[in-house]
Amino acid sequence: MSKRRPYVRPMDGWFKRDPFFIEYMAHEGTAVFVWLFALEMLAGLFALAAGEAAWGGFTAFLASVPGLLLNGLILVMLLYHGVSWFLIMPRTLPPVRVGGRKVPGSTISAVGLAAMLVASFAVVGFFCLLANGGQG
Amino acid sequence: MSDQLKRSNEPVFWLLFGAGGMLAALIGAALVFVLVFAVPLGLMPEAALSYGAARAFAQHWLAKAFLFVVVSLFFWHAVHRIFHSLHDIGVHAGRGARVLVYGSALAGTVAAAFALALIGG
Repeated sequence: MSKRRPYVRPMDGWFKRDPFFIEYMAHEGTAVFVWLFALEMLAGLFALAAGEAAWGGFTAFLASVPGLLLNGLILVMLLYHGVSWFLIMPRTLPPVRVGGRKVPGSTISAVGLAAMLVASFAVVGFFCLLANGGQG
Repeated sequence: MSDQLKRSNEPVFWLLFGAGGMLAALIGAALVFVLVFAVPLGLMPEAALSYGAARAFAQHWLAKAFLFVVVSLFFWHAVHRIFHSLHDIGVHAGRGARVLVYGSALAGTVAAAFALALIGG
């Protein structure tokens, strides 16, 4: 047993030292809200399987003040997840080459964000058409 | 290390993390909006979230496949990211925690399939 007590640099709150680290922890933290939304959808599926009363309880929660507040937070965090996902993409993707030339990171992010915008409007548009067209 | 390189299961979990992250980035916020805010904002009639409409939707095989992929991949993405962030906040989780974390995503995947099967076709 050694009696030496070497200095160990304290790491508590390490990410507060640099705005870059704070952003890192923020975008990693969005995973908690992705998890919550997955859990919410799973609860919805079980409510739908259980019957009309259970489903009514589920939609009543969605429309309640706590439900709207929680889902508002989830919505903001998922937007942040999407934006940060594509902003980091130049660093998480292996170098992309088109025509022998390296695609700049800003282009990769821009294409990703554009895809997010198009896909999001497509999803909202699809479900609005489905709901308003009366076609099951 | 032995003469044979140890195989890692990390790429499998990383792939599920990446696929779920991409799906959540592309349409996650839109899905929250459709499920929770489209009716209060008047973009959809209230009947769109009625029991009959929701059940009819979830009984279509394409919707089933979509819901299964979304729920399960979101779980796999989230647990992988949360697990690796534990290290960053000073919790150095070991093999047991890894089994627990990925096991929960597996449980979520099985549960989603089970619920969708209960809803029927």
